[in-house]
This record gives sequence, C-alpha cells and structure tokens, in this order.
Amino acid sequence: MINFIPPGLVLIIAGFLLPLVPKQLFRIIAFLAPIITIFIVLQIPDGVLIQRTFLDYSIEIVEGDRLSRLFALIFSIMALGGTIFAINNIKTKELGFAFIYAGSAIGVTFSGDLISMFVFWEIMAIGSTMVIWNGLELTSHKAGLRYALVHFFGGVILMIGIIGNINQTGSTNFDIVTLNSWAQWLMLIGILINAGAWPISSWIGDAYPEASASGMVFLSAFTTKTAVFVLIKTFPGTDILIYIGLIMIFYGIIYALLENDMRRILAYSIVNQVGFMVTGIGIGTEMAINGAAAHAFAHIIYKALLLMSAGSVLYMTGKRKCTDLGGLYRTMPITTICGIIGALAISSFPLTSGFISKSMISQSAADLHLTYVWFLLTAASAGVFLHAGIKFPWFVFFQKDSGLRPKDPPFNMKISMILFAGLCIIIGIFPSILYSLLPFKVDYVPYTSGHVTAYLQLLLFAGLAFFILLPQMKRTLTISLDTDWIYRIAGYKIIQFLSKELKLLIDGIKGGTPEQINSFIEYIVKYHGPAGILARTLPTGRTIFWVIIIFALFLLLTLLS
Amino acid sequence: MLSQLPALQVVIPLIAAPLCVVFRNKEIACLVSQVVSILSFIISLILLQQVLEVGVISYALGGWLAPIGIEYRIDILNSFVLVIVTGISSVVTIYSNKSVQYEIDTEKIYLFYTGYLLMFSGLLGMTITGDAFNVFVFIEISSLSSYAMIAMGRDRRAVSASFTYLVMGTVGATFFLIGVGLMYSMTGTLNMADLAERLPKVYESKAILVSFAFISIGILLKLALFPLHLWLPNAYTYAPSVVSAFLSATATKVAIYILIRFGYSIFGSDFVFSQYPTAQILASMSIVAIVVCSLVAIFQTNIKRLLAFSSLAQVGYIILGVSFNNINGLTAAIVHIFNHALSKGALFLAMGSVALVIGSVKIKDINGLGKKMPFTSFAIVIGGLSLIGVPITAGFISKWYLILGAIDKGWWPLAIILLLTSLLALVYVWRIVEVMYFRSETNVSEVKEAPISMLIPMYILVAMTIYFGLETSFSAGLAKQAATYLLGMSG
Repeated sequence: MINFIPPGLVLIIAGFLLPLVPKQLFRIIAFLAPIITIFIVLQIPDGVLIQRTFLDYSIEIVEGDRLSRLFALIFSIMALGGTIFAINNIKTKELGFAFIYAGSAIGVTFSGDLISMFVFWEIMAIGSTMVIWNGLELTSHKAGLRYALVHFFGGVILMIGIIGNINQTGSTNFDIVTLNSWAQWLMLIGILINAGAWPISSWIGDAYPEASASGMVFLSAFTTKTAVFVLIKTFPGTDILIYIGLIMIFYGIIYALLENDMRRILAYSIVNQVGFMVTGIGIGTEMAINGAAAHAFAHIIYKALLLMSAGSVLYMTGKRKCTDLGGLYRTMPITTICGIIGALAISSFPLTSGFISKSMISQSAADLHLTYVWFLLTAASAGVFLHAGIKFPWFVFFQKDSGLRPKDPPFNMKISMILFAGLCIIIGIFPSILYSLLPFKVDYVPYTSGHVTAYLQLLLFAGLAFFILLPQMKRTLTISLDTDWIYRIAGYKIIQFLSKELKLLIDGIKGGTPEQINSFIEYIVKYHGPAGILARTLPTGRTIFWVIIIFALFLLLTLLS
Repeated sequence: MLSQLPALQVVIPLIAAPLCVVFRNKEIACLVSQVVSILSFIISLILLQQVLEVGVISYALGGWLAPIGIEYRIDILNSFVLVIVTGISSVVTIYSNKSVQYEIDTEKIYLFYTGYLLMFSGLLGMTITGDAFNVFVFIEISSLSSYAMIAMGRDRRAVSASFTYLVMGTVGATFFLIGVGLMYSMTGTLNMADLAERLPKVYESKAILVSFAFISIGILLKLALFPLHLWLPNAYTYAPSVVSAFLSATATKVAIYILIRFGYSIFGSDFVFSQYPTAQILASMSIVAIVVCSLVAIFQTNIKRLLAFSSLAQVGYIILGVSFNNINGLTAAIVHIFNHALSKGALFLAMGSVALVIGSVKIKDINGLGKKMPFTSFAIVIGGLSLIGVPITAGFISKWYLILGAIDKGWWPLAIILLLTSLLALVYVWRIVEVMYFRSETNVSEVKEAPISMLIPMYILVAMTIYFGLETSFSAGLAKQAATYLLGMSG
C-alpha cells in the first residue's frame, strides 16, 4: 500500500503541518517526513503507479524509472540533511516551505507527463520564493520578488511551450522531445531559465544569498537540479546545450572569483557546476548522461556541505564578506575540516565524490573526439579549484586573523556537516555505490593511475597559481556587475524606444537602482498610480465620451470591412 | 412541480423581496434571503441536472406560448451560470449577517436585504430568459436595486459612485434597448430562438449591423470592459463588502453571459466573427484592459479598489477568450466566469472581514495581518494565487484553456503576452502578501480573527478554488460542453 502514496506528497503535507503543530511534534514530523520519503522512494517500482484524469488528459502522477529514483533519492536525502542542519535555528514556517519546495521537486522527478511535471514545477517556484522571503534582512523581500518574477516568467514560457507541444504532438508524454518548432524551443528556454543558464543566470547570485543560513542550504539543491533532471528527460543530446553549458561554467568561475560574499561565491559556483551537467546532457551519450546524473547527485551533497559550513560561519559570526572573515580554523576546527572536504569534492579531488562524477563527463567528450569541449572542461576544472576549492576555505578559515573567535556551531549542525562530508568521501572511495544507481550501465573506471596523476597535477598547478596571484585575488569590498547590467542599463536604453509598458516588466524583474528606472516608475505611476488619469475617478461624461468613440469606431470598422 | 422550476427560480426571490419589507425585521430579512438563496441554489442544480439529462428546457411563462408569451429557455450555458449566481449568493448571504450589521444602519438592514433579493432575482431573470426584451427588463431590475445597495455603503463617496453607476448603467441599458428595438423592427420577433432563425435572412441589412453595435456596446458597458469601466472601481470600493463580493462574482459575469448569448446564439458566430473584424476589436480591447488595469491595480492603496481593478483585468481575460471563437477559447471564458467568481468572491469576503475587524481596507493599515488574522490572510493568499493562475488553483485551469484557445487561433505570440500579464498579477498580489506577512504589526495589536460565521463561507469559496483547480470535470467539463453546444448551434 505504501507504494501508492506519491512520495513528494509526504513532504508537502508535512510542510503544511509544520507551522501549525506544537514544538515537540514539530521535531518529530521534521525528521520523520524525510525519512519516510527516502523509504518510499526506494520502494517505487518501474512503470506508472498513479493515474488520473485532469483537464482532458490522462496524467501519470507517479511513474518510476531509474533516473527518477536517483534524483528523488538525493532530493530526499538532502531534505533530511537540511533538516538536521536547520532544526535548531530555522523558523517553523520556513522549514515548512522548504519541505513543500523539496516535496514538489520530488514530485517533478516522478511525473509521468508534462502537465503534472509543470504543476509541481510551479509549486516549487512558490516554495522556494517563500524560503527566500523568510530570509535574513529586508533586502530578502525585494530579492524574493525578483526571484519570483524570473521563475514565473520561466514558468510562463515553459507552460506555453508545453501546451504548444501537446497541441502539436497530441501527447502529454514526459519524454524526449525534438526541437522542431517554436513550442519545443519555448520549453527548452523555460527549463533553462530554471537551470540558471546564461544569460539568465544572475538570479542565482542575486537571490540565494539573501536567504537565511539554512534556507540557502535547501535552495542550492532543488531548483537547478530539477531543471537538470527535466533536461535529461526531454533534451538529451541537444547540441546547443554543450555551448550553453560551457558558457555557464566560465560565467560561474569568473563571477565567483570576483565576489567577496562567501555565500555568493558558492551561489555562482552552482551556475558553474550546473554548467558541467548541462554540457554532459548536450553531449548526450549514455556515459555523458550518466555523468550528468552522477554529477548532480554528488554536487547536491558537496554544495550543501559547503553551504552548511558557510552557513555555520554566518550563524556563529553574523558576517558574510570574505574581507571580514579569516583565521577561523583555530576555533572552528570541525567546520573548517568539513568545509575543506566539500571544497576538495567540488574540485574533483581523487577519493571524493566530485572526482568520480565529473570525470565521466570529460571522458564522454573525449570519447566523441570533441577536443575543444574536452579541453575547456579540463581548464574549467582548474578554475573550479581556484574559486571554490581554494578561495572559499582560504579566505574564510585561514588568510589573516580577523580577530573573530567563534566556536563550532551547535551539535545538530556539526552532525549534518559530518554526515555529508562522510557521504562525499564514501562515494569517492566506493564509486560503485553511486554507479549502480545511474540510469545506464556503467563500465567506466575512474581510478586509473594516468587519470589520477593527470588530475593531481592539474590541481597542483592551479593551487600554485592561486598563491602566486594571491595579492591580486585579495577580496576587496566590491560589488561585481553582472549580465543583469545589460538589462538594467544597456537594455534600458534600447527599450526606451519600445513600448513604455514593457519597461516595467524588465525593471520589475531586476528592481534596479539607476535614476532612469526611478523616472520610469514615476512615469508609470503618473498614469497608473492612484492619482493617475487611468485610476482616477473621472466625471461621468468621460465614459459617455468613450462610449461614443467606441461605438463610432465599431461601426466604422464593421462597415468598412 | 418539477416542471414549474424555471419560473420558481426567478419568482421565489422576487416574492421574497417584498416579504422582507412586510416584516421590517433585520433577522427575518437575513434569514429569508439565506433560505431563498439556498432554495434557488437547489433549484438551479436540479435544472442543471435536467438539462444534462434531457437537453434544452423550454418553459412558457403563464402558459403563453413562445412568440406571443415570454419563454424561459434553459440550456447548458445558462444553467451553469444560474448555478454560479445562486451558489455565490448562498455563500454570501450566509456570510452577510455580521458584516451587514456592522456596515449598514440598523433600521435600513431589512431594506438592504430587500434590495439584495431584487438584484438577485434580476440577475437570475437575465440569465434564464429566452426573450430579448425580457433581458432588458431584468437588467433594469438588477441595476436599479444595485444602485440602491451601493449607495448604502458607509463611505459618503458611495453615493456619488452609485450615481455614476446609475448614469452609465442607464446609458448601457438604453443602448441595449435600442439594439433590441432595431432587431425587432427587422425580424418582428423578440424571442431569442426565433431571432436566431430569422436573423440570417437579414444579415445584409445595415440595421442589423447597427443593432449589433448598439447591443455590444451596451453590454460592454455593463460588463465594464476598459475603457467603459469607469463606473466599476468606485462602485466596488465604496459599496458594502457583501455587495462588492456579490457584484464582483456575479453581476459582470451575467453581463458576459449576455454577450456570449447574443454573440454566439442569437447573431451567430458566422455573422459576428466571419463577416466583421469583431474578434480583432474585442481582442485588442481586452489586451489593453488586461495590461492597463493590472498596472493600475499594482499602485492602488485601497485593497478593495485594487481588487476592483484586478476584476477589470480578469474581465479582459474572459472577453479575450470569447473573441477567439473556438472551443478552447470559449471554454476558457465560461470556466473563468466560474473560477473568477470563486476566487474574487473569496477575496472580497476576506476584505469584508478585514473591514469588520480593523475598520479599514487600506494597504497601510493591514501590517502584520498574517499573525493577527491567520485564516483570513491565508484565504487572501489562496485567492491571490488563483488570480495569478498558479497550478492547483482554479485560475490555472482558465489560463490553460485560454492559451490553448490562443494557439488554436494561431495567435501564440498573444499567449506569451497574456501570460506575461499574469506576472503583473503576481506583483499586486505580492504587495498585499508582503504587507500581511513581512511587516511588523503596528496598529493592529488589538485585533482578533474574524468570527467563525464569516470564516466558514469564506473558506467554502477558498476550498472550492483549490478543489476546482484539481478536479475539473464539473467546471471545465461543463464549460466545454457549453462551448461545444454554442459553436455547434451556430456553425
């Protein structure tokens, strides 16, 4: 019987219960729900389990296969780990929304058709927005609105794509689609927006760091990786994804290197890591898909680990800028060690989970003789080591002595970090555990002496470069401009020529600061604001005037036609 | 007895109205309108059941047969609209007691319910009748009583809002009447079914074209399509909460029904859409309505006024669906009449509770409402999500069909514009949510949750907003049947 509870629903229901129940029950539900979910996910067999009729379509709410179990498993593990980390400091409401968010991500993975996929996809957007809104400061509200607008915009594009696709093919199957008309392109764009693909990547760096310490641990895992999952299902082997992925990889590296806020560094590195997965999906061979899936699995664990350690630092010190931090290793040994393990894993150090997953993607590029792709992926590996592997731990835990003497964080936070650090290493040492879960059969051996030495050399030189260039790498108190500059300012100039109405959308998405935007908003308010001509209470004669005008126009148009 | 139901549908509220005056007692008046509403709801459900079983019901009023007498003609479309109107009325009257006692002078309460019942029977009559002139009569009954009810609002501006509405409503009704008169002069009949039969013979006549223009403009004024909307925002803002909820959920919707009825089954879609660029005219007016009214809603400081402008935008969506002239577009329009009635009804009822508890519906006065009135606030959130069209709410279903309709029509870029405008809805809903949940409470420290007698009706609508977002065979299924019927009838 337990097979027939949609696994995502457990977390979603728990999410609604959490803010309502008393404190004792709160903890029980908070831990039980993810554990039950893990258990159900493991039980799901192949094939359609729950089918219903919605609108005029038959939809498959739960359909299991190897890929969906893999993603659902890591999502539910993540929900458990995040809960352990968050339980002492998170607001009940916030954890509730995080559960709804995680549950709908799991819902997406088990969707058997595009409609139920889209429904869960949108719930995910709401859940994640709420998590951001429960963040630390007032800026979270603005960032949350920008985040919501980007995601509902993506949702709109995806929805039209899906409806168009259903209309053209007559099938709601959540399966491989070929790019042969506008509908499929819109689907691809909609999904890529959620993956943080360039040029709409800036929302990750913009919004995630505004969430609370625990909130960001949750946020890092689900939205982008769900998009990766959907891409694997729908667009494997689409060439354009290779290039988009490569741009994302270098985008992430460059912005992370320029960034000063430790959690924003890690946010940009999400873009970078998802870039590896997107590239793998673009390559599209069995090994590349395995690699993308494995990398998503490994990435969720080590990125969560890194954010837990950054979150612990934030929780204990209240500071988030590299320039304010440093020298914490003396008083936060466990956080430091776990942070380093996460940093090694993200740099694909041998014996960590990142090594066994990322190398599959590079290898698949090599197998297809995609020389440039392989070369860029390898160069990017060095870049990852620079920005996340060394930069994050060095500036936060070592560097100068900032004078801060925080202790290691509370017990539950330590436990969660140790658990996830352990997972990184266990998967790194015994790759067969992860390989056996992958969608296709794996006959890849990561640990050959040539591969290991080559990688170690690469990392060594990257490390060397970091310390030689250290004076240039010193974090200064700067804010880096992003591609959003284009739509904040340059785009503004272009759009000035276009309809005035359109601008509000653009500005609404980026809530920018320049005076032009203010003057534009003034323009909108002038006509639409409470005292504007469109909103004012007007004399009756005005309507009569309009009645006449429209009546005349109507007659004119119809008589002439 | 069963065969008399079509007449009872209108006659019961019509007779109950003077009954309230006879008793001159506010409790009895309230009870009478509750009982009448629920009775009417049951009747409308039975009628719907009958229509589904045996098809169109024709009822000759007073035994006078059609061309001479007035025919009540119930098909799947208007039986669905009857269910909406009576259902909303049941919920609203159950809710009304406390809110009315707070907002209306005690000695006027029985008159309030009298007006309410008259308005209710007027709307039902507009929906059920199969006679074009009879529509005008019921438009006047419902309009006159709604002017009176709006003027009962506590704010003194209610009177001027009501007067504006009176002038414009009269202009609209007159336009409608002129149109009907022209039709009569050309065809010699007022019965809708006969009109539909005889009109094709005189399609070439300019008089028919002019009559179509008069009728359309008259109805567009009643259903408040931008820029013919000027009466609506103030009327909804300053009317008593119960009236705002009932009007927003039903009055404009019945006017839309009349538009669909005249466009599709009297003039026929061949005449309306093939010979003339009506689709383009309606579609461009609706797009402007959606964009402008959503933008205006964003900047409103009074939440009832914000919701009024949001209603205007939603009317735009419905008219857009009507203009597509295909099954999916028409389904979207009809199902959105239903879905929007649910969510806007819930929102206005919630604002009624806020007005009762806090005494104001200004955005600046509801800081921290989420903590003080958790249930009311949550109802506002769900209603708002439905306005945006988020999945698992009813609004999503309408949005889905509307896009299908746009794509069927070959206007898919329009679908993108359309959905982008739902981001504007996101912004105005967000403004309310942000103030309710993320501002620390300042002036609402004494506030408690609204009384349970208001919460239950509110939550009936909220629950239905969710339920009909998941289970669509009743709402969208019926709407689709109605759309197929209308297009089949005219095609």
